[in-house]
Amino acid sequence: MAPIALTACDPAVLDPRGAIGIADKTILIDSLAIMLAIVIPTILAILAFAWWFRAANTRATYRPDWAYSGRIELVVWGIPLLVIMLLGGVAWIGSHDLDPAKPLASNSPPLEVQVVSLDWKWLFIYPNLGVASVNQLVVPAGVPIHFSLTSASVMSAFFIPRLGSMIYTMNGMRTQLNLVADAPGTFLGLASHFSGDGFSDMHFDVRAVPAQQFTAWIEATRSTGPSLDPTSYAALERQSMNTKPFTFRAIDPDLFNAIVAQKLPPGPGPEGGPESGPDVTVSPRAPR
Amino acid sequence: MLGKLSWSAIPFDQPIPLVTGAVVLVAIIAVLAWITLKGWMPYLWREWITSVDHKRIGIMYMLFAMVMLLRGFADAIMMRSQQAIAFHSEGYLPPEHYDQIFSAHGTIMIFFVAMPFVIGLMNFVMPLQLGIRDVAFPTLNSVSFWLTASGALLVNMSLVVGEFARTGWLPFPPLSEITYSPGVGVDYYLWSLQISGVGTLLTGVNFVTTVLKLQAPGMTYMRMPVFCWTALASSLLIVAAFPVLTATLAMLLLDRYLDFHFFTNEAGGNMMMFMNLIWIWGHPEVYILILPAFGVFSEVVATFSRKPLFGYRSMVLATMAICVLSFMVWLHHFFTMGAGADVNAVFGIASMIIAVPTGVKVFNWLFTMYGGRLVYASPLLWAIGFMITFVIGGMTGVLLAVPPADFVLHNSLFLVAHFHNVIIGGVVFGAFAGYSYWFPKAFGFRLHEGLGKAAFWCWFIGFYVAFVPLYVVGLMGMTRRMQHYDVAEWHPWLLVAAGGAVIILAGIILQIAQLAVSIRDRERLRDDTGDPWDGRSLEWSTQSPPPAFNFAVLPRVEGNDAYWIMKQRARRLGGLSDEPVYSDVEMPRNSATGFVCAFFATFMGFALIWHIWWIVAVAAVGAYATFVVFAWRDRTEYVIPADEVARIDRVNRNVRARVLEQVAS
Amino acid sequence: MSAFQAAADGLPDREPAIPRASGGLVSKRVVVGYGFWIFLLSDIVMFATFFASYAVLVDNTAGGPSGRDLFNLDNVALETTCLLLSSFTCGLATIGARTYNGLWFYGAMTATFVLGAAFLLIEMHEFAHMVALGAGPSRSGFLSGFFTLVGCHGLHVTVGLLWLLTMMAQVFAKGYRPDILRRMLCFGLFWHTLDIIWVALFTVVYLMGAAR
Repeated sequence: MAPIALTACDPAVLDPRGAIGIADKTILIDSLAIMLAIVIPTILAILAFAWWFRAANTRATYRPDWAYSGRIELVVWGIPLLVIMLLGGVAWIGSHDLDPAKPLASNSPPLEVQVVSLDWKWLFIYPNLGVASVNQLVVPAGVPIHFSLTSASVMSAFFIPRLGSMIYTMNGMRTQLNLVADAPGTFLGLASHFSGDGFSDMHFDVRAVPAQQFTAWIEATRSTGPSLDPTSYAALERQSMNTKPFTFRAIDPDLFNAIVAQKLPPGPGPEGGPESGPDVTVSPRAPR
Repeated sequence: MLGKLSWSAIPFDQPIPLVTGAVVLVAIIAVLAWITLKGWMPYLWREWITSVDHKRIGIMYMLFAMVMLLRGFADAIMMRSQQAIAFHSEGYLPPEHYDQIFSAHGTIMIFFVAMPFVIGLMNFVMPLQLGIRDVAFPTLNSVSFWLTASGALLVNMSLVVGEFARTGWLPFPPLSEITYSPGVGVDYYLWSLQISGVGTLLTGVNFVTTVLKLQAPGMTYMRMPVFCWTALASSLLIVAAFPVLTATLAMLLLDRYLDFHFFTNEAGGNMMMFMNLIWIWGHPEVYILILPAFGVFSEVVATFSRKPLFGYRSMVLATMAICVLSFMVWLHHFFTMGAGADVNAVFGIASMIIAVPTGVKVFNWLFTMYGGRLVYASPLLWAIGFMITFVIGGMTGVLLAVPPADFVLHNSLFLVAHFHNVIIGGVVFGAFAGYSYWFPKAFGFRLHEGLGKAAFWCWFIGFYVAFVPLYVVGLMGMTRRMQHYDVAEWHPWLLVAAGGAVIILAGIILQIAQLAVSIRDRERLRDDTGDPWDGRSLEWSTQSPPPAFNFAVLPRVEGNDAYWIMKQRARRLGGLSDEPVYSDVEMPRNSATGFVCAFFATFMGFALIWHIWWIVAVAAVGAYATFVVFAWRDRTEYVIPADEVARIDRVNRNVRARVLEQVAS
Repeated sequence: MSAFQAAADGLPDREPAIPRASGGLVSKRVVVGYGFWIFLLSDIVMFATFFASYAVLVDNTAGGPSGRDLFNLDNVALETTCLLLSSFTCGLATIGARTYNGLWFYGAMTATFVLGAAFLLIEMHEFAHMVALGAGPSRSGFLSGFFTLVGCHGLHVTVGLLWLLTMMAQVFAKGYRPDILRRMLCFGLFWHTLDIIWVALFTVVYLMGAAR
């Protein structure tokens, strides 16, 4: 319990702002409580026995030949089994209810967002709204978001701690995630699977805004900025760190599918990488 | 001529590895010079380097593990200090350096600290507990040790020649493919683990054969000490799991060297397959580490409670259940890869099921203490510290086994705290318990108890100060392996965690001091009896240190806690049993095969990393030739004559008789 | 009592009459054979890993040729004949060693070597042909899996042939010593296991691949 109390400052995972995150947290707390019901008495028993049966304590009964008890064995096997059955039920139901690909129940239709993880930034495409952005995600509050995710290069993972579940991104494959922000707010988004030297910079701001503000943001985005097409995407694919957020005013609607189908080749590694073949020694010391 | 190797491989422009490397090199040369000048080289060569005695090999494994602990811990201190500083700052370790450090930390701690320590303990203790003279294949034992050392040497060389992997301790593709990691770092990792992996696999084969086929007369399977059961289970896991690692790393090597497409992005590779294969090895691996630690605790708790272990049959059943179940849970390492609800749920439930036999073990230790008379020597402190800490770590593990919980905690510092909780609280505490428990048997004198207790408290308190903040910060959303960050709320916790690392450092310093002081005061700390803790199993019936042949005459085993039965009978009858009839003892001869083979393996690995193909060929021929030379030996054993055996054994019997008189009076 | 006092390493070469159930000593031959079996099981696990990855990648032809386009079942039949016959001759060689019969031993070992080498030659020819067609291991995930699985078996056969020659040299130099006979036991186990793996291999890879 102590860690929970101590995270009162900014507990993110334990203070979620979206329905999925709330459900994740509920399961987390419930599972923890079920287990603490066994763990706390066990630890107390360890301390109690360790103290009471110390050699100096002459009041304790010494039972030098007592090494078996059928009843105790039954309890010792039985109680963990029962607890696991309970937890197993929680796991089964929870896994199905919170499967990342499962659409959320809601009055509003979901907003489609396509996500591409690159080295080392995030690309968010709004396929039905014709815009895209890098390293910032603006979504309407209260509307479920359906994410389709892929990677430009290496494996990564998309995670907004305050909104709930994370999911991997992989090149040549499409994963899915459904999240919702219950109320307006600004949240931290990050990559939660190590992907190379620029990994620590792969965070992005998530802004959940009221519906009108979202529409206004879309309008503003459409009025300025470059266009997202295979050429600008190829520039994005090159490795770069600490990319400042910016937006694209227009998109190629087939771009995401082309990335998933590998019609657009995966991102290159470090400069001077694959074309030079495996004989290149690229280390921190060799000149690039 | 020298492949990719050139002067640019040496870090002349990077002070930290350059200075570290130089200092270590100077230290190694100094130690070698000192040994040579003192004239100890022939002794070392004859008695240790070419030894095939399981006791010597076990001690070398543990010494090796402790030295590598210093390297791995240095990496840990660097990681903690970097994360303590790097708030709105780049810290003092640039990403390409930091990435190598956490990769090396994990690799070294798992493969070159935890595995060797556990294998060393099994090596030393298991044949003595079984009442036999050595393992099934003594020379193979030596080969295993030296191949492990060869792997460690390669990893350490990467500090000064080239670079180490920057992928984390498991090289997930596509990041580890040649496209995204074109340097030599991943190659260092791969070849080092392939070489030491062969050594580990041979150990597994050796131990399985030993436990299942060699026992003293009367020692049926159900009379073996629980430590031997856990050694068996761990070795079975090694035999079943390490080939998967070898194959998987081989596939990655083929991708990198010969442009194969097992795990690449293009041409039909499948990165998810790597995740599956590596964790099919990876999960049994952690049970390989923890099961012998469980065995140590079974021995320690029983001995220091002065009672037999509670529920022996249950413990055996639980051990073998864990052995089997450990192969059925691997997917819980990547619930977030998107396998779907059914698959996730099944593996989540399987992971919880494995907590049941583990819980049974904890309760059995608890009830071993019940009704006992606990003697608070430091092995027991480690055991009790373990029980408390491991239960918490196991709980967080079961928590992570619930897929929706894992969806928000995967790869976070909560996960990092969990596995350090079980590895430090379980494996490391077990290693230290075993170390302090069996040290008198190995060397004939005890460890300084006061320093040992102080070291325990530093480790115990330091562990919680270092890792509870990581649980907290994981619940705050912080993911692992971050070289810098901008979230203010994480910063104070990481400062505390760094403080915890310093407390653990104090514990390590105390342990080094303990060893030095114990050696200095060894006469005062000497134990002549061979049985300082009033032990229950057969190793305590030998002298300390045991003679090369362990037992003059293989003991007749009549039940569980075989030595305890012998002692009780001797006390009842007022004297030892009659002197046995001594006969000649044949022991395996020493062999340089292990050392020489590892020598060639090191060169082969280094040459493969740097693409120096002619050295690869020469080293391969050399390694093969070593085995042929070994096979051509005419004399494989030497004889210890019966008189010598008798003389040594009579000393032991006299000591035991004296102790018996003291106890009786 | 004296049987129990024998040193564990000066074990008799044949089984002493000690019932297993009471614990006790076994012969060196049993220990070595048992240990080698355990090693072979680990080798089978390694092959299983390669089989599994082949199965995962079998359809990842990346627009290139598949098994049906490439496999020549006549070659496979020839390879199988060679390898299975070589197992038979290896058995003859083992009997020859046990009965200390030089003619049978050297003759059968030579035959085993020739058959094994023939197997390898056919296999290498097949590999070279595929590479020349542009269907080498770098072409696709399927081909990477194929070359690795079949190639790993071929590598084991190569090591086996090297071992075979070494065994012949050992017997020539030292005679039919107990420790050399124990190594022949291990060699025989190894060679027969490679045969079993080949049966699985040609079924899963070639027969099922050609039928897809």
